[in-house]
Amino acid sequence: MRREPVLRVVGKLLIPYTLLFALYVQFHGDFGPGGGFQAGVIAASAIIFYALIFGLPAARRLVPDAVVETMGALGALIYLGVGFAGLALGGNFLDYFVLDADPVAGQHRGIFWVEIGVLVTVAGVMLKIFYMFAGRGHGLDER
Amino acid sequence: MAATVLAIILQRNLYSVVVLAGVYSFLMATVLVALDAVDVAMTEASVGAGISTVLLLGALHLCGGEEAKPIHRPWLPLAVSLAVVAALIYGTLGLPAFSDPQSAPHTHVVPRYLKQGPQETGVPNVVTAVLASYRGYDTLGETMVVFTAGIGVIALLRRVRRRKEPER
Repeated sequence: MRREPVLRVVGKLLIPYTLLFALYVQFHGDFGPGGGFQAGVIAASAIIFYALIFGLPAARRLVPDAVVETMGALGALIYLGVGFAGLALGGNFLDYFVLDADPVAGQHRGIFWVEIGVLVTVAGVMLKIFYMFAGRGHGLDER
Repeated sequence: MAATVLAIILQRNLYSVVVLAGVYSFLMATVLVALDAVDVAMTEASVGAGISTVLLLGALHLCGGEEAKPIHRPWLPLAVSLAVVAALIYGTLGLPAFSDPQSAPHTHVVPRYLKQGPQETGVPNVVTAVLASYRGYDTLGETMVVFTAGIGVIALLRRVRRRKEPER
């Protein structure tokens, strides 16, 4: 599929905006529909789109396996870290009120970081699953 | 949607089944938008129609696209599915009427979330506030489930090449 000019051009046009839309969904999730999960899936699908058009090796060069696996674990750690930050600052586990002097700002901060954690985990895991499935049978995942 | 489901059942070519499942997901997403559940609709459209279609196509690439003829009659599975459907429909009879304001979920915590959520969290989208703040533990569990799924796929599908193994 690498020689298809229409796909290449449309892909080059759409992929940046897909990634931008993922960020919009992520950071506008407080005000409109969306949040970490949806944004993670959209970001992962942008990379998957890239892999479908330009081939899996190109996508793996763009976002290497190590990065993807680290993202999966890192997001979960960010989420847990927010929980333990609440503990460390004298509240309960996942208590956002203590994260800032102003309870509402603390809530905002907690939700922000938790959503970042969800985004990172979901994007990483989705991409990893895609890599594993798509790379099987080509001998590319022997690592 | 019913037409899509019938086509999925009758179709023997698995590629068409995958594409029809994607169509079904998009229809489902429109239904969810009509029910004012925009967050869920977004998830359905991106995961159901996007990612899972791609993953299923990848799986089909590995195992071929034609469904084999069943070797025995499908009466027992059919009976089991019909029994489950009957049980589920019987279960829905116990649910409160659709959008009944006096039902248990609408009188328990929902009014509190709706009234105090925006003041307590400063987040206008109540869905986000409930997901990330009030139900933070549940979302943590969800994230862990996603993470575990990733680890499971890695553990199942990664083929580590041993050093002494000859080149295939």
